[in-house]
Amino acid sequence: MADKVLMKGNEAIAEAAIIAGCRHYFGYPITPQTEIAAYMAKRMPKIGGTFLQAESEIAAINMVYGVASTGLRVMTSSSSPGISLKSEGLSYLAGADLPSFIVNVQRGGPGLGGIQPSQSDYFQATKAGGHGDFRMIVLAPASVQEMAELTVHGFDLADKYRMTSMILADGTMGQMMEPVSLDFKIAEPVEKPWATTGTQMKREHNIVNSLFLSPDVLERTNFERFKKYDTVCENEVMYEEYMMDDAEICIAAFGIAARVSKNAIVEARKRGIKVGMIRPITLWPFPEKQFAAAAEKVRAFISVELSMGQMIEDIRLAVNGKAPVTLCNRVGGMIPSPDEVLDAIIKVSEGGNN
Amino acid sequence: MVIFDKPHALADVPLHYCPGCTHGIIHRLVAEVIDELGIEGKTVGIAPVGCSVMAYNYFNCDMIEAAHGRAPAVATGVKRALPENIVFTYQGDGDLASIGMAETVHSAARNENITVIFINNAIYGMTGGQMAPTSLPGQITQTSPYGRDVNHCGYPIKICEMLSTLDGPEYVARVAVNNVKNVRAAKKAIKKAFENQVNGLGFSLVEVISSCPTNWGLTPEKALEWVESKMIPYYPLGVYKDRHADSNE
Amino acid sequence: METTQYLIAGFGGQGILFAGKFLAYKGLTDEKNVSWLPSYGPEMRGGTASCSVIISDSPVGSPIVSKPDILIAMNLPSLDKYEDSVAPGGIIFLDSTLIERQVRRTDVTVYRVPATQMASDNKIPTLANMIIMGKVLAVTGQFDDEAGVTAGLKKVISAKRSDMLDVNLNAMKLGYNA
Repeated sequence: MADKVLMKGNEAIAEAAIIAGCRHYFGYPITPQTEIAAYMAKRMPKIGGTFLQAESEIAAINMVYGVASTGLRVMTSSSSPGISLKSEGLSYLAGADLPSFIVNVQRGGPGLGGIQPSQSDYFQATKAGGHGDFRMIVLAPASVQEMAELTVHGFDLADKYRMTSMILADGTMGQMMEPVSLDFKIAEPVEKPWATTGTQMKREHNIVNSLFLSPDVLERTNFERFKKYDTVCENEVMYEEYMMDDAEICIAAFGIAARVSKNAIVEARKRGIKVGMIRPITLWPFPEKQFAAAAEKVRAFISVELSMGQMIEDIRLAVNGKAPVTLCNRVGGMIPSPDEVLDAIIKVSEGGNN
Repeated sequence: MVIFDKPHALADVPLHYCPGCTHGIIHRLVAEVIDELGIEGKTVGIAPVGCSVMAYNYFNCDMIEAAHGRAPAVATGVKRALPENIVFTYQGDGDLASIGMAETVHSAARNENITVIFINNAIYGMTGGQMAPTSLPGQITQTSPYGRDVNHCGYPIKICEMLSTLDGPEYVARVAVNNVKNVRAAKKAIKKAFENQVNGLGFSLVEVISSCPTNWGLTPEKALEWVESKMIPYYPLGVYKDRHADSNE
Repeated sequence: METTQYLIAGFGGQGILFAGKFLAYKGLTDEKNVSWLPSYGPEMRGGTASCSVIISDSPVGSPIVSKPDILIAMNLPSLDKYEDSVAPGGIIFLDSTLIERQVRRTDVTVYRVPATQMASDNKIPTLANMIIMGKVLAVTGQFDDEAGVTAGLKKVISAKRSDMLDVNLNAMKLGYNA
């Protein structure tokens, strides 16, 4: 472990982004992710990069749109209320097929909500990032190491598919420190012949645009984009299975909820309850095949969430009625304790014996 | 002998603008300046949302279509990524002075090294003639059918006057294109706004008082008269800020 | 498979997060799995500050310490708030300069260190946190390896402030001998 350093999750994201070749960061202060901006403000000037504090989240995402148009790697980060402001830009980025990398270190909502950890932007990230038909790749780290790794991966995926990838973390992941290894393999740079870098009078002009006034053209554009999304679903699903081999109960959880659930699973196993976990690492594309397969083996699912029950809808769709799916949740910045999750497991376990 | 030709930077496609609209003149002036400075190959233009939304089809340089009002933020991103390139935005009054006001003011305050061409025709054209932030007091529009009542919806915003109070911007000027003399002056201001960027001097904005015969309900000729008699008295032409005025003369 | 869960609590300005970071770095140099999680938000500014540190031979599950094996209470509100949460058989270290009352729990071991007074007496008023940390290391048998302690300290003290290394080490020695 000699090569490991202790870092906050937010700092790990920032350093990993720099390692991934990101030299442009735009953001607006909001708790609990300001360490990312602070880190970038310190580092970028020293490596010839740009850190700019924008006048708003809206301006920041549009600065991202500008840099993305030139084909360079660029990012912004924010927390829940700020992501709402960015949703206009996220839609335009999707409509113009631009690669970009966005971080949401979630806090409790709705409205101004609170500043403590939450996962209640799941719907927003996976289903409704903005107006129009589009998707974003949504990555859910559950450790500081993954905050860093998924950042590098997120940049690679964004370039590969010309779309936005988003880290959906929470205040705990952002604020906690864990050992991190920053030894990454960076993918080969992707050619971007579409970028607006100036014609040099050597080619036709490039246009970055999301306006298609002819319905047939717009329809075709959408169909083609969704073919690309199908490829993403086929190739890019990531998940972790934990003690699922003999599991009779399957917990579904991501991020901090998965960390808490692991403790509960260990305790439940001590009591002879066969429980395991599927932890989605990509929330979109969602590991639906894995949940469908699990539904053939287990007799119940428990979705552990820091929301009023958002991911549970995707689990139910994947399970398709083959097993009951119940919710174990805390919201508003509260985090379920391992005991609360254990209670939920025991309840489901006993319910099954009746 | 060719004595009048289309500028190379202006694409050889039919423009969609209404008869008598002055967007065509301003497009041409911008394209002439790009030609004269020999910068087409390294220029990236940002089109707005509004009548000139499809400006991305009309210039031969690389073009980006921005969200409504966000062109200066997009331009900031492009310029920070490609500082050697020339970046301009082309925006109307709703785009620049209403929904994009924050982006306008802050890019000016940062003295972002970009060129902003601001078309003020005192109306929302594309959506069919609604009241703009620059509509004159008493002006009748679709959403001020009894005339703009300043007690109800406030006063027009004078962008040049406002931006010239900031320490940031390099150059802020207002011109018009309602007659030959004014067109010539407009060309000069637009050229300076691009030259400033080439010379690394910073944020340069040229407000062009324009006309909208269709939504003003006037003939093209009467519309130009309205520019002279109503618009220019409210929005006086001239240079509002020029940090290097002396050294340039 | 051994796991120790620490909860360090006090008021803002007592160096709670720093002490926690030191523990985490010490764990890292000992090649353990570690996590460090601070409380954050407005409570950082003068209110109660706390941080969770977990040092383990196996990968850390939840980074949130809700049943600490070791509670380090640097002021009375922290003891009031967290005393009941300490795991049975756990240890409470408290700053007896600032906490006069006795610990009510009878199933835990208590070490009272007049850390704030000692810090004041030794003209290192900002290092009560490290004095009590010295005691923690002494009791948990971690001070035997002074090289490891110094290595941990080196990581948590920035290069710019390397003059603080010895000062912190000496503060910990005070606690060790207390």
